[in-house]
Amino acid sequence: MAIVKAKDVTYSYTGENNITIALSGITMSVKKGEFVVIIGHNGSGKSTFAKHINALFLPDAGSVVVAGMDTKDESKVWDIRECAGMVFQNPDNQLVATIVEEDVAFGPENIGVPPKEIRLRVDTALEAVGMSEYKLRAPHMLSGGQKQRVAIAGVLAMHPEIIVFDEPTAMLDPEGRAEVLDTITALNAEGKTIILITHYMEEALYADRVIVMTGGQIAFDGTPREVFSNEAAMTRAGLSFPPHIALFHRLKNKGYDMGECPLHIEELVDRICQLS
Amino acid sequence: MSIELKNLTYTYMPGTPFEAKAVDDISVSIKNGEFLGIIGHTGSGKTTLIGLMAGLLKPTSGTVLINGEDIGKKGYDRKNLRRHIGVVFQYPEHQLFEETVYKDIAFGPGKIGVPGDETEKRVRHAMALMELDFDGIKELSPFELSGGQKRRVAIAGVLAMEPEVLILDEPVAGLDPKGRRHLMQLITRLNSEGKTIIMITHSMDDLAENAQRVVVLNGAKMVMDDVPCKVFSNEQVLRDIGLDLPYVAKIAAGLRSKGKTVPQSVIRLDDLEDCVTKMMGKSND
Repeated sequence: MAIVKAKDVTYSYTGENNITIALSGITMSVKKGEFVVIIGHNGSGKSTFAKHINALFLPDAGSVVVAGMDTKDESKVWDIRECAGMVFQNPDNQLVATIVEEDVAFGPENIGVPPKEIRLRVDTALEAVGMSEYKLRAPHMLSGGQKQRVAIAGVLAMHPEIIVFDEPTAMLDPEGRAEVLDTITALNAEGKTIILITHYMEEALYADRVIVMTGGQIAFDGTPREVFSNEAAMTRAGLSFPPHIALFHRLKNKGYDMGECPLHIEELVDRICQLS
Repeated sequence: MSIELKNLTYTYMPGTPFEAKAVDDISVSIKNGEFLGIIGHTGSGKTTLIGLMAGLLKPTSGTVLINGEDIGKKGYDRKNLRRHIGVVFQYPEHQLFEETVYKDIAFGPGKIGVPGDETEKRVRHAMALMELDFDGIKELSPFELSGGQKRRVAIAGVLAMEPEVLILDEPVAGLDPKGRRHLMQLITRLNSEGKTIIMITHSMDDLAENAQRVVVLNGAKMVMDDVPCKVFSNEQVLRDIGLDLPYVAKIAAGLRSKGKTVPQSVIRLDDLEDCVTKMMGKSND
């Protein structure tokens, strides 16, 4: 069942004396429980599209339907935002309280969840991101990866069905990136629908599906293996491959029978060993 | 220009309960024209170390010698030092402030009294080095540019001071793939044209491809100082301090574990391609 359905979505930004078309004719859907990664260049429309999923932006034309609710239906805006949570790039811009658990409680408090229930939601959310032992700490004393996990807990406490991540690892060090990516995959394993926007191609390897955007349109939509096999589409989109996949394409282009595109280093290593 | 660090130690907030050593007895020397990478976990002292190199922080003990001269000694012309060592901090675009791209890049030279026509020459040159279109964007507000352009404008502002040494703290962090690739190419080109590059990064792949030497920090101490292929052959040491291997080194290690011979010197993609091609013999076509 599709939990997000976008049909012919068009959106433009209006400046003082110019109009920039950010999305032109986006049609896609995401199934419940799916893990979808969106890659593409800056300016390709990824973030603009993500903001359509929780009604931060409304399409100029076309429609976005989230869990059966049309984002244009004003009476449903708050329901849509409860259903689709969003995590942004900079953890420092997303934390509001001085104590971790208060920060996580902020959302549920605002929608009038009873105190006992808030306690439960906060504890469960912090548990899910592996931050329970930090619940009484001050957010600014945490590492980038930990802050981002607190931000994710804040979204989880709202009990969303979908979580949209807009480059959540861009400002983190490799360890923080791994922590956040592990958290995302664990949430997906527990059934959350995940939409992850990223510049790190390695993160796309873990998805069920990868969407490549260029110039406000969907250039390619397929499994990670399909996307990374398609050298032409990736090059057109100005994207690069993780080095092991780059090596695969170089060898394939030299005429070696490399088989299907490897997602992980081991697959490439095995293939090279078979051929030598 | 040579930089020599001798037994440098830097202590934050000495004499308080928060006292912490950020750099602990580090000695390194950097040769003219070198491309040096600095890696280490967050909090290992990388940024403090470059602050000391550039003379922006005063060491608690130890000395910094620039061209053999102790920059800590009385009467040393620190102001002049700024012209020779340029520092590009993390997210340098946050420091853009002028109304136009031109004014922003010209700010530094203006401050040290470079005359107007010479300044224009420098701005043009710095923009060319960063592949920015002088006539196209000089009158634009820096805030109208894309993320990658803003970053290059900020770096051009440092280059306009014509430093011999360029120190960069995670210059490609947060850029999109094309932006990362482009900026790395420009930095490598600056180096091949003679500029000394000192770069902090979390990208082991960028260093494997480009650096001549890599310094590894952990807990304020230096744990390695060697050519990249030697540094990246110490997989266990790197893993223990929370660092990863470059992709190419991981593939090479995978091949070795299956009994294939891949020399330790193979850490660049081109070299691995050659090595694997030899291993597999001629292709069928």
